[in-house]
Amino acid sequence: MLPEAIELQVVTPERHVLSENVQSLEMPAKDGYLGVLPGHAPLITLLGVGTLTYHKGAETRYLTVMNGFAEVLPDRVIVLAELSERAEEIDVARSRAALERAQAEAAKPGTQEAESSEAEAKVERATARLQTASKGGGSGSPQDSRRSTH
Amino acid sequence: MPTLLDYRRRVRSVKNTQQITRAMKFVAAAKLRRAQEGVFAARPYAHEILRVLRSAAARMENVAHPLLVRRPEEKILVVVLTGDRSLAGAFNSNVIRHASEFMREHSSKQIELVVVGKKGRDTFRKRGLKFAGEYLDVSAKVEFSKAKEIAARIAELYISGEVDAVYAIYNEFKNVMVQNLQAQKLLPVDPEVVSAGEKDGEKSLASHAGPGSSLPMEQAPRGGELLVDYIYEQPVEEIFRALVPRYLETEIYRILLESAAAEHAARMTAMDAATRNASELIDKLTLQMNKIRQAGITKEIIEIVSGAASAMG
Repeated sequence: MLPEAIELQVVTPERHVLSENVQSLEMPAKDGYLGVLPGHAPLITLLGVGTLTYHKGAETRYLTVMNGFAEVLPDRVIVLAELSERAEEIDVARSRAALERAQAEAAKPGTQEAESSEAEAKVERATARLQTASKGGGSGSPQDSRRSTH
Repeated sequence: MPTLLDYRRRVRSVKNTQQITRAMKFVAAAKLRRAQEGVFAARPYAHEILRVLRSAAARMENVAHPLLVRRPEEKILVVVLTGDRSLAGAFNSNVIRHASEFMREHSSKQIELVVVGKKGRDTFRKRGLKFAGEYLDVSAKVEFSKAKEIAARIAELYISGEVDAVYAIYNEFKNVMVQNLQAQKLLPVDPEVVSAGEKDGEKSLASHAGPGSSLPMEQAPRGGELLVDYIYEQPVEEIFRALVPRYLETEIYRILLESAAAEHAARMTAMDAATRNASELIDKLTLQMNKIRQAGITKEIIEIVSGAASAMG
């Protein structure tokens, strides 16, 4: 008997972001997006930076998740991310400003390797936020509403 | 002999002070509540990290990580957690005293210092000590990113071999009245913690599990959870390597929250006592003031009466 729904829990050190029963979800695993349907085999994976998408009934919702890991069980998915925000919580203007700042920082010549990789991580985070926000904003661009999964 | 006006002035000034202490008490109470919520909110994450860490360790043939390496303790790093502000009773001086004792006990070794909080930094700087790191403005609002920063610094010092052990000295929040001074070893990570044993290893995290957390995952663990045959998307060693630093971060985050909660609790208690003392003082002063007023009135009456008596004479 396969379970019909997945209990999705998203937890960060600072708060419990989400607890919902969902039909399916896609999350940014470290090596690419990973789709999960009910009855998935138990799995543990590291997470990268990106957008977690979940489908609940007819609704599709989006969250950013940044680093951490996920545990998948047939009827339960626990996402432990360092940072996670729902699409509607994201401050688009601020993220855009952060992205510009980080891009300028990354492009600056003569920076140490450690610094530039830090700046790149900032670019990555800001990009993830903006992407999530644009999808969750209702009129999300249709061309990339489906990401490749494996 | 102070006059009526002097007393009035003093009562007014004590009242002003009382207003400040009362306000500080309420602010501390609000911050305390936030810190406590933070402690509860951090538990599920810490709990899960530990669980996955153990299940990964259980499947590895050779559990090894730079943060688990044991060396003879010749150089030790002491992390002292104080507040950024005073007026918190004996909170700051207790931690500083405890840290100084700790350093004296280990004076045969080389000691490095990391300070968290302005008070600790100022005190130790006056003594001419150098710091391997200082972190300020943490306790007013504890953020995970701070814990991450501190953890990264500590791990760097440990892995590079600059220190052989790391201890944290902090106030643990027992309840609003009681803070417990703790000296906890942060590194090397106790192998008990990662070994699958469900008994003592969980001490630091699970024993704090209490009310306040609503996550179902914290409820009675499902039978034989550690034996679940997971697929590991990445090699189990890689997952383990990524998890050990996360574990350190959650421990530091917990300590920061504990210390912040203890600080706000100490300040709340201190300000409550101060507000009460001010009330007592106001009562005493008012009594004195009334006595003088009474004495003045009596004197006037006597003057009038004796004046009338002599006029009628």
